[in-house]
Amino acid sequence: MPVSPEIETPMLHGQELQSQKKREEWVLLGLSLPAIFVIALVVILPVGWLFYLSFVDGHGSFSLEHYQKMVEYKSYARVFITTFKVSALTTLICIVLGYPIAYFLAALPSRWSGIFMLAVLLPFWTSLLVRTYAWLVLLQRKGLLNDLAIQIGLWDSPVKLVHNMTGTLIGMAHIMLPFLVLPLYGAMKKIEPDMMQAASNLGASPVRAFFSIYLPLSVSGLVAGALIVFVLCLGFYVTPAVLGGGRVVMVATQITAILEHQFDWGAASALGVVLLLATVLVLYLAGRFFKFDTALFGKR
Amino acid sequence: MNNSTALPISIRGLTKKYGDLNALNSVDLEIKSSEFLTLLGPSGSGKTTLLMAIAGFNRPDAGSIKFGDAEMVLTPPHKRDVGMVFQSYALFPHMTVSENIGFPLKLRGLAAKEVMGRVDEALATVQLSGLGDRAIDQLSGGQRQRVALARAFVFRPRILLMDEPLSALDKKLREHMQIELKQIHRQLGVTTVYVTHDQREALTMSDRIAVINHGELAQVDTPEAIYNRPKDQFVADFIGESTMLSLTRGGDGRLSFGSEIISSSSPNPSVSKWSLVVRPERLHLLEGDVNTSEKQVVFRGHVKEYVFQGETAFALIALDDVTILSVRFGTGAGSRIQLLEPGALVSVGLMREDIILIPQEGQT
Amino acid sequence: MSWWTSPATETQISHGDRFWLYVVAAIIMLLLIIPTLIVIPMSFSDSQYLEFPPEQWSLRWYGEYFDSTKWMRATVTSLQVGFFTLLVATPLGTMAAYALFVSGHRFAKTIFMLLITPMIVPVILIAIGVFYAFGRMGLNNSITGLVLAHTAMATPLVMIVITAALRSYDLNQERVARSLGATRIKAFFTVTLPQIKFSVVTAGLLSFLTSFDEVIIAIFVSGGNNATLTKHMFAALRDYIDPTIAAISTIMVGVSTVLLLATQFIDRRKK
Repeated sequence: MPVSPEIETPMLHGQELQSQKKREEWVLLGLSLPAIFVIALVVILPVGWLFYLSFVDGHGSFSLEHYQKMVEYKSYARVFITTFKVSALTTLICIVLGYPIAYFLAALPSRWSGIFMLAVLLPFWTSLLVRTYAWLVLLQRKGLLNDLAIQIGLWDSPVKLVHNMTGTLIGMAHIMLPFLVLPLYGAMKKIEPDMMQAASNLGASPVRAFFSIYLPLSVSGLVAGALIVFVLCLGFYVTPAVLGGGRVVMVATQITAILEHQFDWGAASALGVVLLLATVLVLYLAGRFFKFDTALFGKR
Repeated sequence: MNNSTALPISIRGLTKKYGDLNALNSVDLEIKSSEFLTLLGPSGSGKTTLLMAIAGFNRPDAGSIKFGDAEMVLTPPHKRDVGMVFQSYALFPHMTVSENIGFPLKLRGLAAKEVMGRVDEALATVQLSGLGDRAIDQLSGGQRQRVALARAFVFRPRILLMDEPLSALDKKLREHMQIELKQIHRQLGVTTVYVTHDQREALTMSDRIAVINHGELAQVDTPEAIYNRPKDQFVADFIGESTMLSLTRGGDGRLSFGSEIISSSSPNPSVSKWSLVVRPERLHLLEGDVNTSEKQVVFRGHVKEYVFQGETAFALIALDDVTILSVRFGTGAGSRIQLLEPGALVSVGLMREDIILIPQEGQT
Repeated sequence: MSWWTSPATETQISHGDRFWLYVVAAIIMLLLIIPTLIVIPMSFSDSQYLEFPPEQWSLRWYGEYFDSTKWMRATVTSLQVGFFTLLVATPLGTMAAYALFVSGHRFAKTIFMLLITPMIVPVILIAIGVFYAFGRMGLNNSITGLVLAHTAMATPLVMIVITAALRSYDLNQERVARSLGATRIKAFFTVTLPQIKFSVVTAGLLSFLTSFDEVIIAIFVSGGNNATLTKHMFAALRDYIDPTIAAISTIMVGVSTVLLLATQFIDRRKK
């Protein structure tokens, strides 16, 4: 009886299986090529280009003048300080407002959570132009907020709430809040209920149980959310541009201004590179101190 | 760590409803100081509800729960001072083993040095000495269970509650822990209420068992009494294996199964229908022609099924077209199991002392 | 036991004890919702000036919107770009998600990080970079260019959504199909895809919305006849306040709400 040609020595078969497996893995990986191509074309190449441009002066030779200007000119320092200030304050406001609402949503019985989540999801899904516009109207001198405040006696005459830092912070906090609430909510949902029962049983009052057990267990989500907010604020353009009225100059605004008025690609690129480095630095530092693996990628 | 101040628990008229469902229906239960009492029942029987009520995690609709003389039913859970082991252990993942165990001591304001001392003592009792600095996720299931236990008794509570603490462990470990828990209980002397659905576990560990079904207590007795003298069909069914034989009552009160007289009189004249509970391991294989006597009742039938299961062998014997008797024998040299060929005619005997009579379902 | 005194949490605090939390949460939720929805009544105001509450009601701004060539062309552009972004980003992201999830290759994690970069790099930087690069390639002010850029932004989102879906899906089903004779491709399309289809739809909607709402890249890269809705809106907000924006905003809120409800509905269908 003829032996089937496929039946060779076991050793060879093993090798073939291995190489076939490797081939398959490469083919599978290849499926991600189109995505890699697009992202390389749109993000990696252009940013790389800008990186290069930031080290080149007007004549095309290598130069650090753009970076030197950043250290020398006071206007740049002001921009960095403003950017940092706005980002930090916005993050803080989001934490203060976001924690209670995330806690409330996480504590809701599942029947109600869908409806109340809409309060967070609807702004999240609404264009930020619309939300920025809404605040523009609400915060005007003759706007709803001023009218209401005067009516209930908070202040006597219209307060300038927009085209300044106040308006910018309010608008940005509103836009960023869902970005903090969603990861935080995710982390809170993961806290097992009998952990709190155990704390209570062991003698912790409800307040003590919250601070000793619940809060520490929710911190990973809080940090993830705060990080997303802070990093997004650093590079934010639209809202500060509209609600800041030109008085709140952040890095993104500065970059745009440089391009619009001076067409100085070197300077703009350098600023952009600094922004990118700051973003990466913040993420790296946070990654060193906290673990926020699934909290970050679990909820969007 | 001997506890001379263990508290008794007195539960009166405890009722808890969830919507229309009666989770607990006017339950009365007295638990003695230092005793190990198991709440045994199927899922949904109310055993966990009862335990949670004692711990303070649900508010009963009616009734009283007393620890000693003190009425506890309105006291919040963090003031009840009971130790509790949860089914999922509920260990705090952001704390080490020592921090977990020391947590209740810190809450009670003990000095750091004393906390350390007590934690080490507790770790020694559960045989986890030296593991104090480990993180929770580095522990095995069995180790976590012991940490949960240590955390529950480190603050010397006078009552200890356990909610199916061994259900997540594999068989061998579970059986080992059952014995260990029993030893720790003896060492601590604390009143312990233990919830399980595993009847073997209940029989192994308890001083007394409270069998609970549909929110009501079916029987509260020692393991031996529950096994040998079940009060009703539910308890007889739930504990151990059994075959129930329906008995007919004669005019003079005699109870018989076919032609065999089981009992010359009814234990309770107001009950008309009785069942005979036959435990499979109480039947003996008989050789030759033996008849029912003063000593034993003899059943005759054909072997339907025979299964060798290691230390015991199991057989089904058909007495007639409808009645099948479960029989279990040891498999040693003198066991006569060679008689159990499928189809063979055999006689099995039940000693009269082993007769268990219960009222049939639906009567008082 | 009334609602007020019944326990609200595992620690047995009653609802009454923490009513202050409910008040605070309600206030914050109102703060979140009102600015989102306030454009709706505003759009029906007759006045030239931004005012709320409106003194007189009318549909004139909707009329202005539908009559204006500029706005209509921009809307068409935005819809086109959004639609094409959905068409391209969804399969790209899904393939990448599947590839990386299934392949045990050691490069998988690196590639994943690579594909996430659009989310980490500040958008302004991407915008000016793309503007510069497209300027060289002649892709500025074109639909193709914008679709390309938006696809790059949306693909990571798709990837994350599909990866999450694959995680909760039992991949063994595909292996069973293959053991029964199906090729890997066939197994994917007949077994896996139908089961993750809800996530694919959600990812598609997200891609569309990401493109439709995108502002910064559109400001730089779209222009002339191919300017997007967002570009015009931003200019209008910054330079002159055109009340037509209120009408457009309302329509955009409507679109967002419909899409959001669609995903919630899908979520419910999944369960």
